[in-house]
Amino acid sequence: MESTSHAFKANVEKAMVDPGLQKALGMMKTGFQTRRLAAINKLPEFDRLRDQGRDIKNHVLENLDFYLERFERKVTEAGGHVHWCRTAEEARETILGLCRKVGAKTVTKGKSMIAEEIALNDFLEEKGIEPIETDLGEYIIQLRREPPSHIIAPAIHLNKSDVIDAFHKAHTHLDPDRPMDDPNTLLEEARNVLRPKFLAADVGITGANFMIAETGSTIIVTNEGNGDLTQILPKVHIVLASLEKLVPTFEDAATILRLLARSATGQEFSVYTTVSTGPRRPGDLDGPEEFHVVLLDNGRTNILGTEFQEMLRCIRCSACLNHCPVYSTVGGHAYGWVYPGPMGAVLTPTLIGIEEAGHLPNASTFCGRCESVCPMRIPLPKMMRHWREHEFERHLSPSAMRSGLALWAWFATRPRLYRLATGIAARLLGLFGRAHGRYGWLPLASGWTKGRDFPAPEGKTFMSQWAARRKAS
Amino acid sequence: MPAASPRVGLFVTCLVDLMRPSVGFAAVKLLENAGCRVEVPETQTCCGQPAFNSGDRKDARDVARGVIAAFQGFDYVVVPSGSCAGMIHEHYPALFANEPETLAKAQDLARRTHELVSFLVDVLGVGQVDAAYDGVATYHDSCSGLRELKVKAQPRRLLASVKGLGLKELPGAEICCGFGGTFCVKYPDISERMAADKADDVTATGADTLLAGDLGCLMNMAGKLQRQGSPVRVRHVAEVLAGMTDAPPIGEPKG
Repeated sequence: MESTSHAFKANVEKAMVDPGLQKALGMMKTGFQTRRLAAINKLPEFDRLRDQGRDIKNHVLENLDFYLERFERKVTEAGGHVHWCRTAEEARETILGLCRKVGAKTVTKGKSMIAEEIALNDFLEEKGIEPIETDLGEYIIQLRREPPSHIIAPAIHLNKSDVIDAFHKAHTHLDPDRPMDDPNTLLEEARNVLRPKFLAADVGITGANFMIAETGSTIIVTNEGNGDLTQILPKVHIVLASLEKLVPTFEDAATILRLLARSATGQEFSVYTTVSTGPRRPGDLDGPEEFHVVLLDNGRTNILGTEFQEMLRCIRCSACLNHCPVYSTVGGHAYGWVYPGPMGAVLTPTLIGIEEAGHLPNASTFCGRCESVCPMRIPLPKMMRHWREHEFERHLSPSAMRSGLALWAWFATRPRLYRLATGIAARLLGLFGRAHGRYGWLPLASGWTKGRDFPAPEGKTFMSQWAARRKAS
Repeated sequence: MPAASPRVGLFVTCLVDLMRPSVGFAAVKLLENAGCRVEVPETQTCCGQPAFNSGDRKDARDVARGVIAAFQGFDYVVVPSGSCAGMIHEHYPALFANEPETLAKAQDLARRTHELVSFLVDVLGVGQVDAAYDGVATYHDSCSGLRELKVKAQPRRLLASVKGLGLKELPGAEICCGFGGTFCVKYPDISERMAADKADDVTATGADTLLAGDLGCLMNMAGKLQRQGSPVRVRHVAEVLAGMTDAPPIGEPKG
């Protein structure tokens, strides 16, 4: 996917005056939060589970080579194949090769952020293979030819009328005057359109929420059952996953599963939790003839051993997005690449570079809500700050900010001169602002005063008043 | 445990020093009423947060060194701001992780440093204040105080003892007001929208006064409310707790 992260400010400007988007964002503001809170309030051991989840992932990251090799061995023993892919391009070519081998014309897809990361749909289309998204949200945005704006709710930026429009344009075989106002009707329509496509597909591609080293199994969680149809009906099932999805055992996956749905949607468990282990065995009633795992690195091993390693614990639950006041103001597309919100602000620069994605870790107030809800206890603000340190060290941060900081630090480390300067500033600002108590416009602060008044200072600094008082007593 | 009359160094914070000295004097009064001997080291300037959050660790360390030196020897260091107290308490030790000698001093300072209201309640055991305020207030939980220092119940507890004051909970009190230090300069449009959401929530409570424990957030919220023409009075929580509400509210002209 082509990044527009460098144009974050322009993206934001557009997003903030988009009435449809703002309406949709307003709808989502509290729903996820309320449901999550209700779910975790019913689970007294939730915080202990968070510790366990963090420890499991930390252990895997410390022993990644060991578990990856065990996973590969177990997949192979179960009759499947593991394809190691260092880059997005290798992963795309591998998938294309697997599709071509069976002469695939259409491919059904379960929801996969990694597929977005490697821009798989565009690539397959270019090569003459039709990809069909089967998750309802993904299906809608595929029709609109746009990327997801949220990890677990890819079409959250849309309103019902947008969906009606998209279905009108795409489903031309249906009566144009059909009633479409009821969401259930839309759901039924999507189901009817997708059903024959499930049956006709030659290859099914899913992501993975977990890869289990002890058995070579992969797990996906869904609420629509589309993942099951995607992976069971076609001849070939390809699991596309990045390598940090690994956990040692089923027990470990179960621990993290207890965190995942609660943090994401406030469900105790997703409606479907689907385990795949190898292709169909003799005597199995269903399942694919071939089972492939395309294991993607795409820069992740470069993060190991750095201050960003903890980011690889992320389970893509979206709790940080759902609680982020910046995300809920600008929406997911403004972030400009696959991963939005606080997790994207940390992960995106590791994958596409801080030069391209420098705005993202800066566009945070460090309010810390993301870290406080993260089921894997990822210190997101701390890591955003680390990115800012990289930018500062490499002189990537704006020069006005750098010189402002240098000037401020020069004074702040010279208390006497600092006293003098703040004394003058307080007096001047106080003098001109006292009549109204505030400023409607201030030079150098026009960003602030465009939409807010700026309170005037009281007039004399605390330190000067305190010194005068000491002298008098 | 220090003597019955602990020696407290007041870290005024750069914003209170420059913009609203009343908050500093309110803090002094609250601390003295609770039996503290309050001193204000002359060499204090800023906690260094602007540099630290901009990725400028060197300047942040240089400024922090000044704070560490200024506040040596006090039983406690008290700050009328969750954000600046959080900086010292949470981040100073991390800043000096590679300088063992300064690290020990930073850790020592971190242990002695407290946000004002939580210090009164949690450390000194203050359960009520002798103050009166005529109005209905709502309280915004500033992010750093809330999440880094667990300041939540303490201000509500003391506010409940202020005569004449009604308290209404603010929906979304734990959601950021959009100030964010340098954030409000770097991304003013997002910041402004967040402040507008906050102002709407404040207005919806029907309260006539908005209180919080951090001047940055207060200036942001006051500025937005006033631009909207709202009559809500905005004050630092210390002013009300100390019964020092003679000065006009934040952003309002003198009488």
